[in-house]
Amino acid sequence: MNKRIVFVFALVVALLLASCAPAATPTSAPPTAAPATSVPAPTTAATATQAPPIKIGISLSLSGDFSADGMAFQQGYQLWADMVNKNGGLLGRQVQLDIVSDASSPDQVQTNYQKLITVDKVDLVFGPFSTLLTKPSSVVANRYGYALVEGAGGGPSVFTQGLNNVFDVSLPVANNLTSFVQYILSLPPAQRPTTAAYATEDDPFTQPQVDLAKQQLEAGGVKTASYQVYPAETTDFNPIGDKIIASKAQVVVVGTLLPDFTAFLQRFRQQHYNPQAFIATAGPDQGDAFTKAIGGANVAEAIMVPNGWYAGSNNPGNADMVKAYIAQYGGTPDSISSDVPEAVSVGQVVEQAVTKINSLDNAKLIAELHSGDTFNSVQGDVKFDSTGQNVAALAYLFQWQNGSLVPIFPANAAGAVQPEFPKPNWP
Amino acid sequence: MAQLILEAIITGILSGAVYALMASGLTLIFGVMEIINIAQGALVILGAYLSYALQDKFHIDLFMGLLLTMPVMFLLGLLIEIVLIRPLKRDRTMLSILVTFAIALIIEGVLGVFFGTNYVQLHSWYIDSTIQIGDYYLSYIYIFGFVLSLILLGLLYFLLYRTKFGFGLRASMQNRTAAELIGIDVERVSAITFGIGVALAAAGGMAYGATSAFNPASHLDLISRLLVIIILGGMGSMKGAPIASVVMLVIEDVTSVIWSPVWANTVFFALLVVILLVRPRGLFGQLESRKQ
Repeated sequence: MNKRIVFVFALVVALLLASCAPAATPTSAPPTAAPATSVPAPTTAATATQAPPIKIGISLSLSGDFSADGMAFQQGYQLWADMVNKNGGLLGRQVQLDIVSDASSPDQVQTNYQKLITVDKVDLVFGPFSTLLTKPSSVVANRYGYALVEGAGGGPSVFTQGLNNVFDVSLPVANNLTSFVQYILSLPPAQRPTTAAYATEDDPFTQPQVDLAKQQLEAGGVKTASYQVYPAETTDFNPIGDKIIASKAQVVVVGTLLPDFTAFLQRFRQQHYNPQAFIATAGPDQGDAFTKAIGGANVAEAIMVPNGWYAGSNNPGNADMVKAYIAQYGGTPDSISSDVPEAVSVGQVVEQAVTKINSLDNAKLIAELHSGDTFNSVQGDVKFDSTGQNVAALAYLFQWQNGSLVPIFPANAAGAVQPEFPKPNWP
Repeated sequence: MAQLILEAIITGILSGAVYALMASGLTLIFGVMEIINIAQGALVILGAYLSYALQDKFHIDLFMGLLLTMPVMFLLGLLIEIVLIRPLKRDRTMLSILVTFAIALIIEGVLGVFFGTNYVQLHSWYIDSTIQIGDYYLSYIYIFGFVLSLILLGLLYFLLYRTKFGFGLRASMQNRTAAELIGIDVERVSAITFGIGVALAAAGGMAYGATSAFNPASHLDLISRLLVIIILGGMGSMKGAPIASVVMLVIEDVTSVIWSPVWANTVFFALLVVILLVRPRGLFGQLESRKQ
């Protein structure tokens, strides 16, 4: 009797879990009204449908800590696949994404890529979300001679492993805040802040950025009033926020993702602490998700965030991607997560490289990506150095103004507006 | 620095009260049923999302919303106990970990489908508004959350120590078999206890969601902290859970301001190890009496 109950229960749980699992494995790419890519279609769509599809294996964080970013990456990869398939496919074959969820776990992501390569026998692999997961993934891909092109694993530690198969299409992480530093140091001496406070999660994505910004601002004469590093498992950010507040720093730089940034912002509001400039490595770039989490776009006024992309940039294919995204997923240009163009850029770069070598051979692909050629992407030019970092990427500085995230630096960026400085008091 | 330490102590006590709500449900369930409800964190997050939905769709105040969410969560708790927990007759403690973990994953999946995976936070005037005490501003949500915790834990105390049901519940906590022998319907008590524990998760979830951003996966961080709290307080001890919650939060917050956030967890866990060496049952554990 007991065995029967346990069996029935296990069956129910298994069925429920299967029905609730957010992972889409594998997903084919239904054609949608998408724009042409930057690469001309090599064959007709009719030819493409006759050949077997090209399978691209991807592990994404569809649950766990990185699930919001993982979902956005899934949208981006799917958007690219739709664009390619609409235009006749890649090398005359349709593209099929084989996406599995790693639950934000560095262990699971290794298992996933191992399975994608050895069991699913995918032709190519694209990267997961975050430096934390890219690092172990690149080792697995390297073991089997696969190129791992990715858009969100830009932490320096990814590129010091001595691997030649990992390529990040986005701005190198450590340089993310350089545009902010340049902006602050470009202010007239009378206006320029003299003190800054820093707090960062001990994450390979956030800490290198904050550390470099601190070093550069100190060199520029901005004294460090407070510097704190906190572990990823921190849930109570109030004491950290209180130390920043007590430092009375004029500039606050936080190495955060959305949840910890929200906690800092709430604490600063509650304590009526109004720094002249407030910037985060990530969080304010999450569009609607960000403004909703902090309680409205008016709260976001003058908050800054660095990024390598924005909806209004005039990079090749960007306007079409924005249009296609809104057609497929709804929302507004401002609501598009910056994860989406990072994922699309991965697809674009691989598409151009594969087309150029006219092959899916990963050894040839790695050689092409290391060749010094410049590729186009919705994030701008992509050119890899010997370690696989994109040396052609530009860092833009953004600020929330009147409910929109707008570029403010460099001043000659498309659509750049006058920065709002100092930041007004909290509403 | 003295000011910062004082602020950390105040924040720790007030935040600890919120954790006390969540942990009390967990320790109550363990005390009566001898099962470890790994789904408690997910149920807290479910409670937070229910409050979020009521506020977002129907503009119902977060505290008023508890009048709806707590009964609903109580019924959900009853259902879970009757359908999924009660059939476990052997190796209850071990099997319950697997079953409740499955429940947690199901809740996470369902929340992901309905609400997506983006982080959200509850908002109301009492979350952003503050009262000034010297140079320090205290948000009303911490005060209200503390009062809510006192009221609900007070009601729980009344239920446990001043009612016939509480007598049966405490008897079940002390010795399940003996309680059955003197005519207490232990299965009924268990179901209601599970319901109460889950209803407390609804209240804890609202307070948690008002002070922290959350998404469906937030339960994973939460459950590990709740388990640590009830281990420190003593598994099954109703007195231990609130005290351990406050102790944990205060130690972490004070360590964070006088030393570094990196050491906050380390110092707390070092103290936990020392306490467990001296008192293996936790601060107020009753394990030995349960073994009769």
